[in-house]
Amino acid sequence: MKDYESVIGLEVHVELSTQTKIFCGCTTEFGGEPNTHTCPVCTGMPGALPVLNKQVVEHAIAVGLATNCEINRNCRFDRKNYFYPDNPQDYQISQLYEPICLNGFVDINADGEKKKIRIHEIHMEEDAGKLIHDENAALSYVDLNRSGVPLIEIVSEPDMRSAQEVIAYLEKLRTIIQYLGASDCKLQEGSMRADVNLSVRKAGTDSLGTRTEMKNLNSFKAISRAIAAETARQISIIEEGGNVIQETRRWDDNKEESFSMRSKEDAQDYRYFPEPDLPGIFISQKWIDEIKAFQPEFKDEKKERYISEYCIPEEDADIITDSKHLAGIFERTAVLCGEPKKVSNWLMVDTLRLLKEKSMDASDIKFSPENLAKLIKLTGSGIINSTVAKEVFEEIFEHDTDPDVYIKEHGLAQVNDESALRETIQKVIDENPQSVEDYRNGKEKAMGFLVGQTMKAMAGKANPGMVNNILKELL
Amino acid sequence: MHRKKKTVNTWFPEQSDFAGKDDILSLMDFTAVELGEKIKSGDVSVVDAAKDCLDAIEKSEKDICAFITRIDEKEVIRQAEEIQKKIDAGELSGPLAGVPVAIKDNICTEGIRTTCASRILSDFIPPYSATVVSKLQNEGALIVGKTNMDEFAMGSTTETSYFGVTKNPWNLNRVPGGSSGGSAAAVSAHQVTFALGSDTGGSIRQPCAYCGVTGIKPTYGSVSRNGLIAYGSSLEQIGPIAKDVRDCAVILEAIMGHDTKDSTSVKRKKPGLLSSLTEDITGVRIGVPRDYFNSGTDIQIKDAVLEAVKVLTKKGAVVEEFDLSLVEYAVPAYYIIASAEAGSNLSRFDGVKYGFRTKEYNDLHQMYKRTRSEGFGDEVKRRIMLGSFVLSAGYYDAYYMKALKSKALIKKAFDSAFEKYDVILGPVTPSVAPETGTSLKDPIKMYLGDIYTVSANLAGLPAISVPCGLDEEGMPIGLQLMGDCFNEKDVLKVAYAFEKTRDYQKSPAASGGKAV
Amino acid sequence: MSVLIDEKMLDHLGVLSKLELKEEERKKTCEDIGDMLKYIDKLNELDTEGVDPLVQIIPMENVFRQDKISNKNEKDKMLANAPQKKDGQYVVPRTI
Repeated sequence: MKDYESVIGLEVHVELSTQTKIFCGCTTEFGGEPNTHTCPVCTGMPGALPVLNKQVVEHAIAVGLATNCEINRNCRFDRKNYFYPDNPQDYQISQLYEPICLNGFVDINADGEKKKIRIHEIHMEEDAGKLIHDENAALSYVDLNRSGVPLIEIVSEPDMRSAQEVIAYLEKLRTIIQYLGASDCKLQEGSMRADVNLSVRKAGTDSLGTRTEMKNLNSFKAISRAIAAETARQISIIEEGGNVIQETRRWDDNKEESFSMRSKEDAQDYRYFPEPDLPGIFISQKWIDEIKAFQPEFKDEKKERYISEYCIPEEDADIITDSKHLAGIFERTAVLCGEPKKVSNWLMVDTLRLLKEKSMDASDIKFSPENLAKLIKLTGSGIINSTVAKEVFEEIFEHDTDPDVYIKEHGLAQVNDESALRETIQKVIDENPQSVEDYRNGKEKAMGFLVGQTMKAMAGKANPGMVNNILKELL
Repeated sequence: MHRKKKTVNTWFPEQSDFAGKDDILSLMDFTAVELGEKIKSGDVSVVDAAKDCLDAIEKSEKDICAFITRIDEKEVIRQAEEIQKKIDAGELSGPLAGVPVAIKDNICTEGIRTTCASRILSDFIPPYSATVVSKLQNEGALIVGKTNMDEFAMGSTTETSYFGVTKNPWNLNRVPGGSSGGSAAAVSAHQVTFALGSDTGGSIRQPCAYCGVTGIKPTYGSVSRNGLIAYGSSLEQIGPIAKDVRDCAVILEAIMGHDTKDSTSVKRKKPGLLSSLTEDITGVRIGVPRDYFNSGTDIQIKDAVLEAVKVLTKKGAVVEEFDLSLVEYAVPAYYIIASAEAGSNLSRFDGVKYGFRTKEYNDLHQMYKRTRSEGFGDEVKRRIMLGSFVLSAGYYDAYYMKALKSKALIKKAFDSAFEKYDVILGPVTPSVAPETGTSLKDPIKMYLGDIYTVSANLAGLPAISVPCGLDEEGMPIGLQLMGDCFNEKDVLKVAYAFEKTRDYQKSPAASGGKAV
Repeated sequence: MSVLIDEKMLDHLGVLSKLELKEEERKKTCEDIGDMLKYIDKLNELDTEGVDPLVQIIPMENVFRQDKISNKNEKDKMLANAPQKKDGQYVVPRTI
């Protein structure tokens, strides 16, 4: 098995974030009762004609620029002809001959090694509807709410050799596209989907073997498993002297195996031809420049800048910049409070923990940098101690509460009044003669106990530094 | 009924010595514009017009079979009353307010069955109206029915309809032409004052020539295709079929214009077509392609068209013969492009969302195959398969690309012709309407009948068909005038000037008598 | 180049176009399509070397819609013509 390597290319479909479908004014909103987001255009009514959503073109150009593609200045749509009930016109409006973006690449990092993955093209197309299969009858039900939702398909060159590289490439694309705001790229919800083209060959050779295309991969785990299984399947065919058949296969993640989708009714000849209902698209340099001007700073640059400008650890910078939203919160908070490392700590520890607990995405964070910055200042100036701060942060995370108001309302401010502290500490000493004795006999632990008792007596609001100092003095 | 029976023919109101001898028997004997004026002036009511229209259809429909769907009489009268109210209230004042119209059955009408003359759509009721239909309705035109056609507009005889064969009002043994045969026959038989047709390769002009009426295919992109059930998307346009050139100009003016629902519809100012209706054609340059008079063209047609040349020369036009070239390549290029687009456009008729579905099937693909095989007629199936073939792997370049390149050369030939001429003149068809049942036996010959019309579709040009005489068997002959893209005005102008030199030729069916 | 439309090609075209001809129609259809192709082959006389294919007859570009919702829920209208429907969905023979 070690003699073989897998050669992998990806076709990544990404649902673009638009209000309306690619060729009609129906909403793209997820969910909704079946067929409530449909019209004559996206149900393929006779005589209905497509009209292109400009935002789709702009998103596609933006993704192309961010992945180092050439923008095809004269692009147009083609029809891909095939019959299927989720495809109401029985052709899909897509791009074959003049796709919008060509010859790009992205750099990935897999197993600590940098690698360039080339992008063959990016094209725009319409999504299909949804089929729901009846468990009891030999029937399927067609819901066309997704029919006509805009997609881009990013087609890579066969430059990947392992599942790790594939996942690194997908994560890279996802981050870029999320930064652009062109899609939320959620694999589970299907707004990002990858078809894997895979062939195997003897390691060290250059020729390409016969490839298969694997569909229905709904998670990174499924992709890894499917790559492993397909590699093994192809190697065993070759080892047994057989030939791999070029075909499309459907991955079943429950059974952990794939099935051929070939049938005699499937001729695999899509008879593409230029879509006569849609005029061509001319993309001027001016238009490209305008879109370029709106491109955000992407993760890699941002990460480097955070390391050098804010002096936060590389690991923190890497995780914070995974999400443009989180990075935005970091930077704004850091500017407001002037304590980037503390901001980073709040994000890396408490924020990530709460996200995980509540199974939320970084993009779902609602709190404002202003309130986090206030919290950090309150802690820094000793107005609240770290225990209280954690409690207040959960409030901020949950309700974006103003910490000043919250602390006031709940009387959480730290007690820095020395005479009050002395009084309480003296009381604690008087009530715990055994611990005082222990401390004096060199048991450091006893000190901790006495501090704890003091904090308890002060309802957690005592300034811990002062408590320590006063205790030492009195003992 | 307060309609005044006229004994003086007012076909062309400004022309008192109009040569027609017949009495005006029905309001459907008027042109659309004349009838519109009478309604506007209060001479007649919209209900009068509606009743005459219903009567006229009732009288001749048994013979002509122009309609697939006739709107229920009560509904027509109800709508007529509504339109009359709007006219009385001053809400409707356009030239077509209250005028009855028939719509070709490949143009969607919300709530009115639209079949494309096919079994596969035999019960299809569109959920929306074509833009042209809404426009006509906004003008106050009264839709009385949907006209017969070749199935999915594929044909030149209106014999491939699932709903029966339409007859030529000049001779019931002859075809009315096609594919807009029902629309042309209905106008020719004076069942309605005007109709809409569609023209993918000659489907307005050829039936107009065969039925002795007037029809124009506008420049590609000037009339919205939204709601036109597509056959050859890059070739076709909706256009008017009427009794004279003025009507065509008025109707075209009403239906043209940019539509946000059709991406191929062109943004242009309204051209003001009515201003082109003058008889003064002094200095208009007319080119007559020698290649439009080849040996395949009937001698009587040649003579009639050349007679028109003489007439126009006498009126001051500068007429010149020239070689257009590439004429014989237009039909093959057309059939490749039209079939390829048709194959794709007709995929959606699959028994899932609307239309006919076969009764028995075991699985999805069998359902598809049986539905489509039972739902489509032979000619449609042939063209779908041809279309699949010319786009299929290994043949795309040799056929489809070759056709697109040929189209480029044909367009270039017209471009250079229009550097020299304002209008190109020729016959519409190589022969007059053939007898029913003779054409379908030899498809290639039938396709060759489109030789003079398909070029205008390939090159996107406006082209009109106007009557220019009868052959010795009394069948009408059509004269074709083509202009450069968006130059409808010169086309209409020359057609109007020519028409003014002739008497209107009324079909026997329209004259109350029975044709043959 | 003259292509023979044989039984195998006819089957292939049937798969592509979802058409299934009756036994008695097959021979005639082969002949008809064959004749049409033979006739269409006339185009090969034409030298199109170096000619750009003409896709769009009226030169137009960048016809766009703004990204604004303009349609409302018209589910019932969209389903009104369906040969078979259930719970607001089109029904087809099971696809997998």
